[in-house]
Amino acid sequence: MHLDRLELVDFRSYARAELALGPGVRVLVGANAQGKTNLLEAIHYLSVGASHRVALDAPLVRAGREAAVIRAGARVDAGTRALSVELELRASGRNRARVNGQPQPRVGDAIGRIRSVLFAPEDLTLVRGDPSDRRRFLDDLLGQRRPAYLVARQEYERVLRQRNALLRQVRAGQRGDTLDEWTAALVRSGAALLAARIAVAHALSGPADAAYRELVASAPGGKASGGVRLTYELSTGRGVTAEPGFGVPDVGGLAAELQAGVAAVAPAERERGLTLVGPHRDDLILHVGELPAKGFASQGESWSLALALRLASREVLREVGEDPIVLLDDVFAELDDGRRARLADRCEEFEQVLVTAAVDADVPLEGPRHAVLGGAVTSEPVARESLSRGDDHTMPT
Amino acid sequence: MYEGPIQDLIEEFGRLPGVGPKSAQRLAFHVLTMDAADAERLARALVAVKEKVRFCVRCFNVSEQDECRICRDARRDPSLLCVVEEPRDLMAIEKTGEFRGRYHVLGGAISPIDGVGPDQLRVAELFARLGEEDITEVVLATNPNSEGEATASYLARTLKAMEVAVSRIASGLPVGGDLEYADEVTLGRAFAGRRAL
Ligand SMILES: [Zn+2]
Repeated sequence: MHLDRLELVDFRSYARAELALGPGVRVLVGANAQGKTNLLEAIHYLSVGASHRVALDAPLVRAGREAAVIRAGARVDAGTRALSVELELRASGRNRARVNGQPQPRVGDAIGRIRSVLFAPEDLTLVRGDPSDRRRFLDDLLGQRRPAYLVARQEYERVLRQRNALLRQVRAGQRGDTLDEWTAALVRSGAALLAARIAVAHALSGPADAAYRELVASAPGGKASGGVRLTYELSTGRGVTAEPGFGVPDVGGLAAELQAGVAAVAPAERERGLTLVGPHRDDLILHVGELPAKGFASQGESWSLALALRLASREVLREVGEDPIVLLDDVFAELDDGRRARLADRCEEFEQVLVTAAVDADVPLEGPRHAVLGGAVTSEPVARESLSRGDDHTMPT
Repeated sequence: MYEGPIQDLIEEFGRLPGVGPKSAQRLAFHVLTMDAADAERLARALVAVKEKVRFCVRCFNVSEQDECRICRDARRDPSLLCVVEEPRDLMAIEKTGEFRGRYHVLGGAISPIDGVGPDQLRVAELFARLGEEDITEVVLATNPNSEGEATASYLARTLKAMEVAVSRIASGLPVGGDLEYADEVTLGRAFAGRRAL
């Protein structure tokens, strides 16, 4: 799929922005803090239902306004059909959504229609960050692949909050009459999440390994120090090594494993007033060769691994449904020449690539340029020469 | 800040569920532009709802008398009992025309976050009714969300000791949905396809 139009109203720094887009590469050039990341953040919000930078919606609404609006127009089915998604983010109260002009009963019904994969400078946290960063990576991917996953995850989070509240009450000496019911709910919704996460780890493993080998082979002096291996590590202590071609694991078996896991930590849970077993405590362990990437991979290897995971998620998404839009937020500046060139090569095969950069020369890709300055963006592309000269651009109001 | 009665009204509206400060202001100024007769009718309706509406002593539905219209209706099947969270869920089921038994309104669902356990609901009253009335089947029609499911499983587990068949309305209902918002056709079908627990 590709976007042919993006419109923002009162989103972040933008009072109003309109962007005419098309297939292929588009580059948004502007100095830091001018608002170019906000444009990609808005698109990615439509894909995963959250910002990749902030946990709450309030900072996305321009100061003093009640609501921000993101409107995207796209072409799908090999360009033959139009799709439009509109999202209204309210500083307080419920958000609203429309798809092809039709109001949606639940905002979640509009999320994931616009599919995208975002590469960002923060991506190193996939390798070096907390387990929660990697769980979020899997969850965002699954939510786009199967919108029902978002509903399942919300359900799990709700059950988890209820169960934790009850465990705190038990710790405080109250009766826990319904603990069995909340444990059953945790096991049931938790097993569904686990099955989906393990299945997507299996699906990622082949493409991630292939993408990593390609990126490393082209790095200067690059030598493959071994392939990439993904292991989904459950809170019960068991690790599932991801293998290409492996399908969805048995949900019943996972439920039994969770049930046994909860039983094993029951005294500790009552003592701490906290749910200690479940997909909210899992991790995705990344290995390069024989060594765990976290703690052992160099800066360059870590970047290759992060890029490989993003490239692999694109492959996983296009297995079912539309080709996702590729969003590259200032990543070329982070990469050495070899990785930069290899990523640029890959971009040639993508239906649509939207790139932000502070310096135009950092982007080794041809394609129309838009200038971003002072919370405004040129709606039509500008001449590339004007960017390198650092001219003042006339901004639409 | 406005002065006197208009500010009072804004604050009162603002205390209602789902009404933010801006809406409260809009409502208050709307009342200011209303005909005096319309404003009086609204005020009377507010007072009357607190004075005249009570809860049915048997099923805890809203009622104008000791027992509600449904409990007094001799044509309803007294052996069938449908358990719901709120009176509005009862109304949603009534609209389907699929259920001819009587009801029991719990007054909510189990939700530890809100400090609601079985003791905060009309669960003891439900068990008392099972002892006193000739009830042979209990249909659990709590909402198809986490809290409604937990409430239904808790009741199903504790009802096992009683000589009564227990069923749960089929979930053809939207996930995470409230009965109140389910359309009548879906809800009617869910009723017809209830499953034994
Ligand atoms: Zn009654």
